[in-house]
Amino acid sequence: MAEAYITGIGQSEVGVRLERHPLLLTLDAVREALDEAGLSIDQIDGVSTYPGRVPVFLGFSPVGADELIDALGIRATWHAGGGEISSQLGAVVAAAMAVKTGAARHVLCFRTVYEAAALSRPDEYPPMRKKTVDGNSQWFAPFNAMSPANWTAQYAMRHVKRYGLTREQLAQIALNDRANGVRNPRALVRKPLTLDEYMSARMVSTPLCLYDCDRFTDASTVLIVSAGDAVDEVTCTPIRIAAFAGTVERHSWDQAEWMSCYPTGEDLWKQTDYTPADVDTVQFYDGFSFQAITWLEGLGFCERGEGGRFIEGGHRIALDGELPMNTGGGQIAGGRLHGFGFAHEAVTQLRGLGGERQVSNNPRVAVATSGGGPLATALLLAND
Amino acid sequence: MTRPVPKLDAVNRPFWTGGADGELRLMRCQDCKEFIHPPRPVCRHCLSDRVAPEAVAGTGVVDTFTVNYQPWAPNMEVPFVIARVTIDGAPGVYLTTNIIGCEPDAVDIGDKVRVSFEQQGEIHYPLFEKVD
Ligand SMILES: [Zn+2]
Repeated sequence: MAEAYITGIGQSEVGVRLERHPLLLTLDAVREALDEAGLSIDQIDGVSTYPGRVPVFLGFSPVGADELIDALGIRATWHAGGGEISSQLGAVVAAAMAVKTGAARHVLCFRTVYEAAALSRPDEYPPMRKKTVDGNSQWFAPFNAMSPANWTAQYAMRHVKRYGLTREQLAQIALNDRANGVRNPRALVRKPLTLDEYMSARMVSTPLCLYDCDRFTDASTVLIVSAGDAVDEVTCTPIRIAAFAGTVERHSWDQAEWMSCYPTGEDLWKQTDYTPADVDTVQFYDGFSFQAITWLEGLGFCERGEGGRFIEGGHRIALDGELPMNTGGGQIAGGRLHGFGFAHEAVTQLRGLGGERQVSNNPRVAVATSGGGPLATALLLAND
Repeated sequence: MTRPVPKLDAVNRPFWTGGADGELRLMRCQDCKEFIHPPRPVCRHCLSDRVAPEAVAGTGVVDTFTVNYQPWAPNMEVPFVIARVTIDGAPGVYLTTNIIGCEPDAVDIGDKVRVSFEQQGEIHYPLFEKVD
């Protein structure tokens, strides 16, 4: 079957309350990706994004595929942008399918976030006000379960009570992120976190404390997905999308016994001859730290319920451990790049371009994920 | 505490207003007898459109919970307990709700609970309190 590769990758400045226009942040990331790939904008013939422009909260997603095509003068033979896909990296899955079928040769995938800036400029980005709640939110908001922090926390508490997950274990995700963020020049937070600081942090929604949560960030991330017969046009090392999965059983934060990262993780390995033992580094969605633990379990790196013990002490997932995780700082230190940052970091590592945070011994295979609650995407990426 | 107000429609109205008659009403398939939540006009188990709201016992068990400390809106009083409750006689259904009438740290997984409706206008919010 035709192959799909991630070629050029790019990232804008990562910050909070940035003044630069979100379309220009996107442009910065596009330029970097094109430069790396040695491609010109004229060679881009596809665009893919998640979740498209979101008018009710522009900060969440200020730039859509339509606008980018028009703004950058792209002639697109294929494009897609929307929220009803298998989470953020579902936009990369869509692009992979487009290049595999020949609908496009080089697809520009992007995710631009502007949540911190939008909140700081309410006149320009008025917060949404609705008199009533409907759709999925009607099953949560009426009980003041307003945030994904609450919804995730309930699954985390079940791990605490059923499997003995401790705060010291959970802390390892944030501690590891913050340690790695120090080595990533673009990380939002570049200061290590101590276990004492973590243990004394205020609670947000038990068992999740302040340091278990990412925070609003302004940035754009771009990944170019290229067809197998088009990679000879690029100058960077192409990274093969060896497999992808995005299985949904209940599109719901509370009706599922197990969150979507579990069926998605199982299904990923049905698409490939690789196994978890082949994986050199993992980049797991950690908008809330606990999600990274469920990805470990869902993808079979450990048994269900064993994730806390797997990361005990943090050595295993450290940069020099047996399974380096979130080497760029994840979202907790790296910033809420909303899913795309994990694929960006995986590609960086597989190319050996991680600089101070580069995983040793030539990593060849990586997993990058996004979401994990009601929706989940897993990408298996290989430099093979 | 002020609560966001669900937008009522033909499908969700029995759930949100059943408390006026003291009833917790869940959508149930009249063909295969499975419960459907969130309520929809179709059964996800057998694709039947013969579904109808039915009163259930109103008792259940705390499946999991969290104590929320973050005020997500102005004037939100914290802490409070958010819980996911299983409903006796309605296997497969979870309700996200609040556990009221006890200290937040008194709630645990496995606690038996009973529905307690809180009325605001047309809406009767199904909250739960612990039973012995
Ligand atoms: Zn049925």
